[in-house]
Amino acid sequence: MNGVDLTLRTLHDDERDLEQDLLAAAERHRVEHEFHHVATDVARWSREHTTRLAALGRDRGLDLSGPREHPSPGALAALREKASQALGRRPQAGLLLLHDLRDLHLAAVRSSLHWEMLAQAAQATRDRDLLELVTSCHPQTLRQMRWTNTMIKVLSPQLLVNA
Amino acid sequence: MDSTPERIADPWGARTPYAPGAPWPARTDMHLADGVGEEDVERWVRSASILHSNGDALDIAVRDGRIVGVRGRAVDRVNRGRLGPKDLYGWQANHSPDRLTRPLVRENGHLVESDWDTAMDRVTSRTRSLLDERGPGAVGFYTSGQLFLEEYYTLAVLAHAGIRTNHLDGNTRLCTATAAEALKETFGSDGQPGSYEDVDHADTIALFGHNVAETQTVLWMRILDRLEGSDPPRLLCVDPRYTPVAQRAEVHLAPRPGTNVALLNALLHEIIRTGRTDRAYIDAHTVGFDELASRVEPCTPRWAAAICDVPAAQIERAAELLGGARRLLSTVLQGVYQSHQASSAAVQVNNLHLIRGMLGRPGCGLLQMNGQPTAENTRECGADGDLPGFRNWQNDQHVAELAALWNVEPDAIPHYGPPTHAMQIFRYAEQGSLGMLWITGTNPAVSLPELARIRSILAQERLFVVVQDLFLTETAQLADVVLPAATWGEKTGTFTNTDRTVHLSEKAVEPPGEARPDLDILLDFAARMDFRDKDGGPLIGWRDAEGAFAAWQRCSAGRPCDYTGLSYDKLRHGSGIQWPCTEDAPDGTARLYTDGFTHAHPDRCESYGKDMVTGATVTPVEYRSLNPDGKAVIKAAEYLPPHEDSSPEYPLQLITGRTVYHFHTRTKTGRVPELDAAAPDVWAEISPAEAAAQGLADGDLVQVTTPRGAMRARLRTTAIRDGVVFVPFHYGYWDTPEGHRPPGDRPGRAVNETTVTDWDPLSKQPLFKTSAARMTLVSRRGTGTDGTDRTGSTA
Repeated sequence: MNGVDLTLRTLHDDERDLEQDLLAAAERHRVEHEFHHVATDVARWSREHTTRLAALGRDRGLDLSGPREHPSPGALAALREKASQALGRRPQAGLLLLHDLRDLHLAAVRSSLHWEMLAQAAQATRDRDLLELVTSCHPQTLRQMRWTNTMIKVLSPQLLVNA
Repeated sequence: MDSTPERIADPWGARTPYAPGAPWPARTDMHLADGVGEEDVERWVRSASILHSNGDALDIAVRDGRIVGVRGRAVDRVNRGRLGPKDLYGWQANHSPDRLTRPLVRENGHLVESDWDTAMDRVTSRTRSLLDERGPGAVGFYTSGQLFLEEYYTLAVLAHAGIRTNHLDGNTRLCTATAAEALKETFGSDGQPGSYEDVDHADTIALFGHNVAETQTVLWMRILDRLEGSDPPRLLCVDPRYTPVAQRAEVHLAPRPGTNVALLNALLHEIIRTGRTDRAYIDAHTVGFDELASRVEPCTPRWAAAICDVPAAQIERAAELLGGARRLLSTVLQGVYQSHQASSAAVQVNNLHLIRGMLGRPGCGLLQMNGQPTAENTRECGADGDLPGFRNWQNDQHVAELAALWNVEPDAIPHYGPPTHAMQIFRYAEQGSLGMLWITGTNPAVSLPELARIRSILAQERLFVVVQDLFLTETAQLADVVLPAATWGEKTGTFTNTDRTVHLSEKAVEPPGEARPDLDILLDFAARMDFRDKDGGPLIGWRDAEGAFAAWQRCSAGRPCDYTGLSYDKLRHGSGIQWPCTEDAPDGTARLYTDGFTHAHPDRCESYGKDMVTGATVTPVEYRSLNPDGKAVIKAAEYLPPHEDSSPEYPLQLITGRTVYHFHTRTKTGRVPELDAAAPDVWAEISPAEAAAQGLADGDLVQVTTPRGAMRARLRTTAIRDGVVFVPFHYGYWDTPEGHRPPGDRPGRAVNETTVTDWDPLSKQPLFKTSAARMTLVSRRGTGTDGTDRTGSTA
């Protein structure tokens, strides 16, 4: 397996995990309504990235799984929602949200760097398929980064000082 | 004999047809108390309407120290003498016997009458202890769209530089935040591009989610008069309901709620595909066209038809209408602003005008509407989650200007982030980091989504709630201190309507009891808190409305909303004047953007923009490289599925809205006999086909249930999209036995018991038009109170 294939695999697995992490954090912070809804929206981008990376991987003989099945809602989700509401009245919930945002941001940065590596390799090898994939996906990863950064910027003064 | 008052039965009155380009004929509307003739009126006092955003000029009739009626002002550019039903009858609310006349304070769990010193002492001592113990972030303000300019500006200075909190917003967040955001995204700064005179010239009028017939009756009269005159304009109406506007439209599109971006992208696709763009205008005045063209390239009418559930041929007809227009006027309101992807959709309407080159000329207008009479002032004065004078919190130079005006250090003005929006302020209160919330002139316990949550936040022991209002509203009943306020007709000040027209509203009568103007209350608080500038002088140097106006004029100088050419005297001797009004433009300015987009320049703009999906802020460096010369920014948006959609469990989509007879939570209009009788109780609308499918009939008592809760209403079948329920949002509990909440044993009547807590990530406007719901039968018509009347509906 060459470096490009290794990077593709790493990025695929990271994007697959990022979708799951975004959805899990969205669930955990249901009472942070904007975070909940936007996290769910931008998780869709990571899911699409995972699907497209898996498809490209197949063309290159890589066995990449694609996105995970969504966990079924049901009893567990209802329980998580209750837990989220109960915790949402406590100041510590704010710190937990900031930590989750930090981790999501770092995960998006990691993906972004891998997209950057692939973009450079694709240009060096004139690999049009790979370049097209990076060109269409990388901007969305950058938007995930900017979003988590904005949320941290807006929320920190209140959640750190007044918690 | 029908005893319905004339203008309840016909809200729009008689027609005065006119031709394109001709001035709109005058028609003077008047209503006086029974037994009072025009000759009995002792004084006519100058004002404008306060129960909607149209800004209709009127004079208040006074006799024996009481208001006895109103008369429209024929010389005014906005209404040429006309008034709507709420203005004609609404003034009677001032005299309601249950006006608050003394401050109330909470003792042993109950609100008891008190005096101003006691009440203000409680407010200031709690403010001081919170500032000492926890800092400015523990104090928040939630204001209104119904105070006067002078009050908002005073509040903005007091909050931003006195308390130094970032938590100040208005209920304009619910009605007009998306209008402001869409204008900032496209033109770099807030500021209504168009003018009502564009109605006089347009050959095509497109109304996006804007039931103007009920929300701005006088603007609809103007359109009706054009429709009855020679060479009438053609109308496009986008609304899931068959409104009076839809009935007069050449093309009516009734898309699934939540799909506006898909529809607009398809309309833009067709305009571009058929070559109806103005390339010269696009090249000279805009950036971003290529991205838009590639974004909407796959958005064919067929693609949108599948999402919006509107026939593709209808979308093509609508695009044909827009593409064929030579003078296009578009208006946008809550059907866009309170729906999924609010800002993205509103921005696409801006894009429509940019790519067609239809801005800044007579008839080529864009009106991103407001919902409230003084919402424009909340925005420009910075009482709404912006900095005063449309200044940019990310621009240190702008903050330095404010610091110089107020004589404080720049770092004394919080600008490390955007001023906190209302929904986030309530979240901070819920989560415990906000210890005090001062609510002026608004009623969140009825108007915000998910009311059980809002009530539980306001009722928290750890949150000190101050409410300043005319009546003991649902919200006031949950307060720790209630301050009795004077209102329209009882105080002097200015306010500005949707099309930037400034009116002076003068004091006509004394307020009841010990009630005081909001300005006096705020100035009293500032004096008691002893807010100082950096040299030890008083932070707020003015003592009355005219002084506050002068201070605001200095703050507005050189900004898009420049008031420096105005004065009380000028407004008193003329009538409404549109800002910017300066030495160079002493008569005001009809249209913005007649010659480029100077306010979009990186050094001048109010905002660098936001990501159209996430709301992430664009940095100054990014904006500068994207738009170095300050052109209009064409921003493309991708369609996203709604966050809450119908499902087998909740098969319907719930949307809320207004009736022509009420304003907000009926605090005033519910106390006016004619208006109350016209629409005394809540109802729920679905289509006849939907009702038949569910075995329901007109007049049945039904329950509307969503994942948040339930409410009950009488059913009306109307011409509305199948699968959609409409419920008016006005009805709460102040005139029910429970006072501020639903009865203990059954669901209540406020639709916001059921609405979802979700807001647009850009404008932060809550979404009242995207809840999934189901409707079930409670009891048949004729059992219990009869609900067969059609009151409240104009359709």
